[in-house]
Amino acid sequence: MPFALLKYGLSDDHPYEREPDIPAPRDLKSHYDVVIIGGGGHGVATAYYLAKYHGVTNVAVLEKAYLGGGNTARNTAVIRSNYLTPEGVKFYSASVKRYEQLSNEFDFNIMYSQRGQLTLAHTDATVRAFRQRAEVNKHFGGRTELIDRQAIAELVPTLNLDPADLPVLAGLWHRDGATARHDAVAWGYAKGATQRGVELHQLTEVTDILKEGNKVTGVVTNRGRIQCNTVVQAVAGHSALLARKAGFELPLVAYPLQAMVTQPVKPFLNPLVSSSALHCYVQQTSRGEIVIGGGSDPYPLYSSRSSLELKESLIAHAIEMFPFMSEMRLLRQWAGITDMTTDYSPIMGLSPVENYYIDAGWGTWGFKATPICGWTMAELVASGGQVPDLIQPFALERFSHFRQVNEMGATAASH
Amino acid sequence: MKRMQCPLNGLRNISEFVYGGQVTTMPDPATCTDEQWAHYVFYEDNDIGVVREWWLHAPSGYWFIAERHNASDEIVRTYDASECFSSRVDFSASETSS
Repeated sequence: MPFALLKYGLSDDHPYEREPDIPAPRDLKSHYDVVIIGGGGHGVATAYYLAKYHGVTNVAVLEKAYLGGGNTARNTAVIRSNYLTPEGVKFYSASVKRYEQLSNEFDFNIMYSQRGQLTLAHTDATVRAFRQRAEVNKHFGGRTELIDRQAIAELVPTLNLDPADLPVLAGLWHRDGATARHDAVAWGYAKGATQRGVELHQLTEVTDILKEGNKVTGVVTNRGRIQCNTVVQAVAGHSALLARKAGFELPLVAYPLQAMVTQPVKPFLNPLVSSSALHCYVQQTSRGEIVIGGGSDPYPLYSSRSSLELKESLIAHAIEMFPFMSEMRLLRQWAGITDMTTDYSPIMGLSPVENYYIDAGWGTWGFKATPICGWTMAELVASGGQVPDLIQPFALERFSHFRQVNEMGATAASH
Repeated sequence: MKRMQCPLNGLRNISEFVYGGQVTTMPDPATCTDEQWAHYVFYEDNDIGVVREWWLHAPSGYWFIAERHNASDEIVRTYDASECFSSRVDFSASETSS
């Protein structure tokens, strides 16, 4: 039936949606109830939950470039909750639970794929740390266990169990580990939020924060001034710079985080595999590409340039794990600017400025927290500053009282 | 590979160096408040511009100071710490308190 198909293709009678997913830009209004700075995953998720569950729709999300074009597009899309601290595990587990339901919640496919994540231990000290992580995880309802070499070989037959002088001793097998399409997460939230009346303004950069006394009253953008009651900042790598405009400091340092992806090959790797000693993790996307990522750069930099040294060491370690990958070609490589805290935990909640809420310090662990960040930040905004229990440990003031949440289960943390 | 001028060893590969944090002024631990000490421990400027930083040349165990632009990664100048610190920093803090 080629002619019938052609006729159908040329007709107007298609079952697709006429309405664009995200409405075309409009003029900025002079006043919004809530201004969210940063149109990445965290920003649009906050807007979405505000609109859908709290009825707050007079909201503008201001993005200096384009939707989900910063670290939301640059992360390696790992979703897991096998952290070390009870505070961290509780928080990230709540995020995993939201991710599991997210495609249904949106009616939009985020390509969520729960394949499990395997972290390799090469030293006795790491095995001990893994045992602790497994117990903490189980306690808070996560599916995490310590497995031996034989079980690892069965899970990932292609893995080299004796890389260089670092034989694999054991593995932390986290069944809840997953991946998803990171762009789709941002698009799903943005679509759901804008359908409910939230305005997403791209190419709109906040250049200053307006205050009366110690209370935020609005923002200045490259498209004019906006008055507002509440501001949420969710700008990842540039968090400290924006906070300074609002008049306070954040204990962050900007480091580049580099990653890369190979040409696509047949599926051979189901779980996400990570090695603590080799500072490298490897996973295969649903398109067949191999994503390779690792720890942050060795020194701070406000630049998303790549460096040969770091790429070389990442590739060398990836090939130690999967020697046959030495024949593969790289397709793309990139970097993002991460805002690192000294305890590898985020900074969320109240700021020294009234009605100005922060969602920062996301370092190398921001994507996996997107749903729960949106959920808790929305609750914080809607309640007028009541900090939800889940994020109380991540308050900025912990750095004034030596109450850090030492999250050594973070990828960038060396074990 | 990127290279850095070590004041002691000359031009060396960047992989021989270890970053040691921004050069900041330490408050007197005996007299400062907890808040001031916390600020000294956890906060760096983290602004965009030329930053004075501690660097270690690992093979020779030599600490020095570098002025580096933290967006362009241009190393403006490196020099011996004696340019900034003319006397020994005393950590004994009078052994008082509590």
